[in-house]
Amino acid sequence: MAKELKLMKGNEAIARAMIASGTDGYFGYPITPQSEVMETLMAEKPWEDTGMVVLQAESEVASINMVYGGAATGKKVATSSSSPGISLMQEGLTYLAGAEIPCLIVNVMRGGPGLGTIQPSQSDYFQSVKGGGHGDYQLYTLAPASVQEMYDFVFDAWDIAFKYRNPVLILSDGAIGQCMEKLYTRDYIPRWTEEERRKNAPWGTWGKPANRPHNIITSLELESSRQEVFNHKLQAKYAEMKEKEVRYEMLNCEDADYIFVAYGSSSRIAMKAMQMAREKGIKVGLFRLITLFPFPTKQLAEVAKHVKGILCVEMSAGQMIEDVKIATSCGVKTEHFGRFGGIIPTPTEVLEALENKIIK
Amino acid sequence: MTEEIIIAGFGGQGVLSMGKILAYSGVMQDKEVSWMPSYGPEMRGGTANVSVIISDERISSPIINTFDTAIILNQQSLDKFEHSVKPGGLLIYDPNGITHEPTRKDINIYKIAATAKAQELGISKVFNMVVLGGFLKLKPIVDKQYIHEGLEHSLPQRHWNLIPQNEEAIEIGKGLIEPVQTL
Repeated sequence: MAKELKLMKGNEAIARAMIASGTDGYFGYPITPQSEVMETLMAEKPWEDTGMVVLQAESEVASINMVYGGAATGKKVATSSSSPGISLMQEGLTYLAGAEIPCLIVNVMRGGPGLGTIQPSQSDYFQSVKGGGHGDYQLYTLAPASVQEMYDFVFDAWDIAFKYRNPVLILSDGAIGQCMEKLYTRDYIPRWTEEERRKNAPWGTWGKPANRPHNIITSLELESSRQEVFNHKLQAKYAEMKEKEVRYEMLNCEDADYIFVAYGSSSRIAMKAMQMAREKGIKVGLFRLITLFPFPTKQLAEVAKHVKGILCVEMSAGQMIEDVKIATSCGVKTEHFGRFGGIIPTPTEVLEALENKIIK
Repeated sequence: MTEEIIIAGFGGQGVLSMGKILAYSGVMQDKEVSWMPSYGPEMRGGTANVSVIISDERISSPIINTFDTAIILNQQSLDKFEHSVKPGGLLIYDPNGITHEPTRKDINIYKIAATAKAQELGISKVFNMVVLGGFLKLKPIVDKQYIHEGLEHSLPQRHWNLIPQNEEAIEIGKGLIEPVQTL
């Protein structure tokens, strides 16, 4: 399949990117607002074409453990869900991180807590980057803000996941999932051959040749001294990600008196509010997070030195703001604005919040 | 050029597909586009609306609360979105089922009796294209040839035989739209 220009939903883009990026397997369970991911995979029938396995599991708990099993063999295995379903997967996620298994998880967030609502929200930030499961682990977390990024980040996710032997989370929300935008698709990357898989995942449980010991995939280590060494290894890996894999976008930050900090669909709304502010003569910039972990701490701190105030925009009661304040050592006036429970703020509301909470 | 549009009516009137065809036509003409539906438990049989943005520049927010154009197909939607049209903007409505006419004095208002016309001609299935035609008459933001391509991409191939009927409906809409109030 060659490059094409299409109009499609964010969820559909995720599914098509999975096929195009040579994903070996997808295990999932339907939930609004991300059901189009599996719907698209089922309609496209990639098992007839690339050989990719697509299976509707009996639950999210089953899905994430199927991911564990498949991905332990060094195959590219993915799942997707929305907030309540992702909560069910947390045990599996910490096991995947603890066993250093590369895989892809997509969360198209909806409003919570509990079953909440089916409308968009961004209230899973803490769960995503502070560890929804137990133990000192991190998921490399990408926050797409467009349909094109929903697609592109699946490709990026596989690179990172295998480079670091770590699960990657794409943290999106119902607004980007349901929105249609134009999309440039890419040339298909074929699924790895057996030889490629053995080369790219030498640690995988794909059969033991005579010339090396058993590969064991586990997160269990009863000897504490060895577990501590392993934890140091994980921390070194996360430190390397913080050094090398931070991603962000800055718009109009050079001369800004005030900046919005936002990610995902909130960053799009903030971008509009920024344009409205500039039309009124208020110098506003946008610092958009692309990776939530690793957080662009140094880069944000640098920008914050030159501004009078920061408004964090997130469809939550205020989660990301904690990392913003850590990055800036609370050195600049910083406030949160968000709607939640499935309500999307309007650009006008965001601008008013800037004027009332920061500029006033 | 940036055109921010809301299309709103009952579920089943083809509101979302009208938006999709318009957006896809924009894609074919190399514009930036976004199509943002209301989604949720209220859709079946209830109201449906979609925001479509077509622009020459990168689109900031696909979620917007004021519009250059509102295309309104029932009373609930008129009540909900009349006040969201930007001053000097455009409101198009189908008078079918409208009991309270729009009252704004600072916008351009046109009506298009598309429901009645489509029933009269026995083309109710392409009612939404009649409405789209009316809009394109007033704001020709995408060219005819790209509408054709937009239809091809929006409709499954087994329905491509219906494209000429869709295009005729657009032409009918262009002749049907009439001013109520112009600034």
